[in-house]
Amino acid sequence: MLRVADLAYLDLSEAELETYRAQIDEILEYIGKLNELDTSKVEPMAQVLSDHQTADATLREDLVVPSAVAEDVLKQAPDPEPPYFRVPKVIER
Amino acid sequence: MNETWTITSVREAIAAKKTSAREIAAEYYRRIAERNGKLNAYLTLCEGRAYAQADRIDALVAAGKPLPPLAGVPIAIKDVISTREVRTTCGSKILSNYVPPYDATAVLRLEAAGAVILGKTNCDEFAMGSSNENSAYGPVQNPAAPGCVPGGSSGGSAAVVAADLAVAALGTDTGGSIRQPGAFCGIPAMMGSYGRVSRYGLIAFASSLDRIGPFARSVADTAKVLQIIAGRDPQDSTSTTAPVEDYSAALNKRVKGLRLGISKQYFGKGMNAGVREKIAAGIELYKKLGCEIVDIEMPHTDYAIATYYIIATAEASSNLARYDGVRFGPRVDGDTLIAMYRKTRGAGFGSEVKRRIVLGTYVLSAGYYDAYYLKGQKVRALIANDFRKAFEKVDAIVTPTSPVPPFRLGERTNDPLQMYLADIYTVTGSLAGLPGISVPCGRLEGKLPVGLQIFGPAFGEARVLQLAHALEQAGGATL
Repeated sequence: MLRVADLAYLDLSEAELETYRAQIDEILEYIGKLNELDTSKVEPMAQVLSDHQTADATLREDLVVPSAVAEDVLKQAPDPEPPYFRVPKVIER
Repeated sequence: MNETWTITSVREAIAAKKTSAREIAAEYYRRIAERNGKLNAYLTLCEGRAYAQADRIDALVAAGKPLPPLAGVPIAIKDVISTREVRTTCGSKILSNYVPPYDATAVLRLEAAGAVILGKTNCDEFAMGSSNENSAYGPVQNPAAPGCVPGGSSGGSAAVVAADLAVAALGTDTGGSIRQPGAFCGIPAMMGSYGRVSRYGLIAFASSLDRIGPFARSVADTAKVLQIIAGRDPQDSTSTTAPVEDYSAALNKRVKGLRLGISKQYFGKGMNAGVREKIAAGIELYKKLGCEIVDIEMPHTDYAIATYYIIATAEASSNLARYDGVRFGPRVDGDTLIAMYRKTRGAGFGSEVKRRIVLGTYVLSAGYYDAYYLKGQKVRALIANDFRKAFEKVDAIVTPTSPVPPFRLGERTNDPLQMYLADIYTVTGSLAGLPGISVPCGRLEGKLPVGLQIFGPAFGEARVLQLAHALEQAGGATL
């Protein structure tokens, strides 16, 4: 559980860790019922639409279009310094 | 005045100058001021935007110009759908101050068709939940069943339509989040095929499953809203180029001779006896209307919840990685970048969202990917294949929307697995990408609403709406 919380960059309290551990064990046990099915010959389905249903999406022209939302986007940041987002120090010298 | 408006009556009254778009918007805002305090269904109102749009419609009337199809119709938008300059929280603290710089395509299309956007509706945080109790902004009351949940995750959208605080609303459905609250609040609620409505501007939960769709007080109005928002959008590469049918024209076609599939896998143990009775009565009504009832087998139905909670949480853990305190939302400071991420996310997300991020991260992590995520994708293919085979024999599939009627607020919050299992009849169609509607099918003891669900083949929205309309017109709501 700690490893997963690390992977997800998620701070969890002791109480949360304990609750989730029990609940997620129960959910994973339930999910285990999928092993009743033999899927050795089944192709995984990552998405429901076939290529021809979104044909022009995958083959559209690569056109440059104007987009001037950068200023609006930066307004939403907790600590902006236009044209940048400011964050705590990433690399120690 | 508490007149129940429809899309047609609003448009006609405005055209005939019996009222104006501005007066109708004002009337709805009066109702909201009076009743939203108790319901908690609207989170944010956008009067300025609504009145500006209403004035545009009234100017068309004054100039004698033709009115667009949704002229002056007050519509509410679920708070996971982006609205320019109108706060959009996703029911989460982590977006408590977020104001999108652009509109979702569905919102733009509604306004282009004349609709007046009243405000944003409460929902489970990031659309994760079946009762609306996972909102950071408090639960919503079910106007059709006081003391009960409105369903979720689009509980606010269902509630405002059922309470007549909007003529229609947009919700989103990932595993049942439109259809189940529609059933619980006693109104029609529709999810088109995956790709039918653009997801541009829909804040992502599980991208291979998420869909935007309408709530309204009649199937006819549901069809009118879907008509406007359906269709290819270059901004969403998964929106389909498949042609959009004329939904309103399909409504009054005769249903006689249509073959309806009934699968015993959708009437299993754990199903409420009263719901079973009402759905049986709904099926009887279809027989009277001349439909042929065909027994079908959907052998993988029982695996759908497990499959869904692998795929949806895996996609969510990836999609929600963006909430890190850098670009939007409140930040919790930390000494390092990683500490800042961890604290911001730990403080900003609610407990169900964290639970799903943990589960989704786990099923995608090294060593478990094949056992869970890949396995889930394979079973998803088997579930989709059940539907493919069934639609070789039938025109539509009829099921209950939910195995249970609306439950009491607080009744199920401590047991996530039990809450997940309430979605058992809706997640199948989500995984298969098919269109589905929930339409009112009686009330238990005259009170708790029951919804009947109709699935159609891919892009069979017109057929689904036609059948729902037939049940409604034959008195389905009062069975």
